[in-house]
Amino acid sequence: MENQNLPKLSVSSSPHAHCGESTAIIMQDVLIALVPAALMAAVYFGWRAVLLMLLCIGSCVLTEYVCRRVMKRPQTVGDFSAAVTGVLLAFNLPPTLNPIYAVLGSVFAIAVVKQMFGGIGMNFVNPALAARIFLLISFPSHMSRWSIPFFYLSANADTDIVSTATPLAQAAAGSGRPSYTDLFIGLHGGCLGETCTLALLIGGMYLLLRRIITPEVPLCFLGTVALTALAAGQNPLVHLLSGGVMLGAIFMATDYTTCPVNRAGKIFYGVGCGLITMTIRLFGSLPEGVSYAIVLMNILTPHIETLTQSSPFGSEVRNSGK
Amino acid sequence: MKRGVIVENPVLRLVLGTCPTLAVTTVASNAIGMGIAATLVLICSNTVISLLRSIIPDKVRIPAYITVIAGFVSIVQMLVKAFAPALDESLGIYLPLIVVNCIILGRAEMYASKHAPALSALDGLAMGSGFTAALLCMGIIREALGEGTLFGVKLPLLSEGGMMQPILFFSLAPGGFFVFGMLMAAANRLSRKKELPVRNGCGDCPAAATCSLSGHAVTGHSASNHGAAEQGGRNV
Repeated sequence: MENQNLPKLSVSSSPHAHCGESTAIIMQDVLIALVPAALMAAVYFGWRAVLLMLLCIGSCVLTEYVCRRVMKRPQTVGDFSAAVTGVLLAFNLPPTLNPIYAVLGSVFAIAVVKQMFGGIGMNFVNPALAARIFLLISFPSHMSRWSIPFFYLSANADTDIVSTATPLAQAAAGSGRPSYTDLFIGLHGGCLGETCTLALLIGGMYLLLRRIITPEVPLCFLGTVALTALAAGQNPLVHLLSGGVMLGAIFMATDYTTCPVNRAGKIFYGVGCGLITMTIRLFGSLPEGVSYAIVLMNILTPHIETLTQSSPFGSEVRNSGK
Repeated sequence: MKRGVIVENPVLRLVLGTCPTLAVTTVASNAIGMGIAATLVLICSNTVISLLRSIIPDKVRIPAYITVIAGFVSIVQMLVKAFAPALDESLGIYLPLIVVNCIILGRAEMYASKHAPALSALDGLAMGSGFTAALLCMGIIREALGEGTLFGVKLPLLSEGGMMQPILFFSLAPGGFFVFGMLMAAANRLSRKKELPVRNGCGDCPAAATCSLSGHAVTGHSASNHGAAEQGGRNV
């Protein structure tokens, strides 16, 4: 540091060096990782998908801004976390949903789930998932109206939306399912962002390479789903490729705020997510259980943290009974 | 009277009688019916228990109170059955369950057993109106948002032809808890004195007991040494 412009002695508290990583940069990386899936959603489901995504992002960011203003807290719109919530929420909606419900869900996600508990880092469950469940409970018929990809290309697209079942619902009903290729590239009915496994995997690889997420949670989640499916005598590949497992395992379960910090905790958490998902899929009345599984494990996270607490280097061994 | 409705609102401030509050408030008219029935029982039982307060032996006072309360609940239930069978139908088991409503037993124990009959009756009226007011608020909010109606009249905005469908969430149990929490916050705000809650670092966090971060800072932090922990604040 031979810079003559610096004062001769600057006194500040540590840390003195900063790697340049910040919440905003991490969230930007997550947004970049979500781009492939968003593009595929736009290709498969057309302007409705684009509209839903833009609306969700817009209303999430706006709600965040208004909440922070009303609560007279430091403004956090700039860290992009609300935008990530918006994209994730849009990914969890059916393409033909009335936009007004999307806005309602966004407001619920940010105002109720995130800001009422203190904003970023304080929410006890994933805001996007909680909003999805809120919408699913409130408007069950709207939230399970699926349409086939490319429906917008047909002549009278507005009136002629061909509805279809998701692969999981088809499997539950015992009828045929799409081929593995169709499942992998997302040519089937489903939520906006969950259909194209390929795009989600690309985003996940990017996050892993940038070290935004660690592989424990997604691997344990997916592994448990596959093993449970195998044990139940069902096709594990179909269970991995259909529904929201990929989206949930890569982008939702790995949320920093609501997943455990330690490796042991993450493994426990991932396995728990997988088990609950498969329990709901196999025995529940709903065809899909990823969102409930993740939210339930989110709630358990503080307890997992306590169980897997690591002792600081050099500290005394903890006495029994804390 | 104001104390009964806001500052010491039995439901929102003392958190008594939450079971009927959450169960019957899906529709505003049910809420009113429940509130009035409970208020009647409350006034009568408070008066009678206050009259009998020198006769009832201390050791068996709770069974004695419950007997008195049960008597009045039976009367009210018969009245409702006779004159408002529809209300009886929709309140169902929660009408006879007024017997074990904490508000009524609580006021008998806390107030009526120590005060004159007239005052006790007034206390019953105040507490009863607080209960009714809280139930009515919840009933209106939950019915409007959850069913898209108000006292059975359809709201134009939240029905089939309107802007959107009613938000079913508010009719279900989670919505009940949600509205309950919001109203409690509002009641706290209305009756708040100047003092602010004590800032307590990590100890303020609802997850403090289970949180690994606060584990070291607030070990041994309990209600008894609250002051010490407050001074210690964040001693991580």
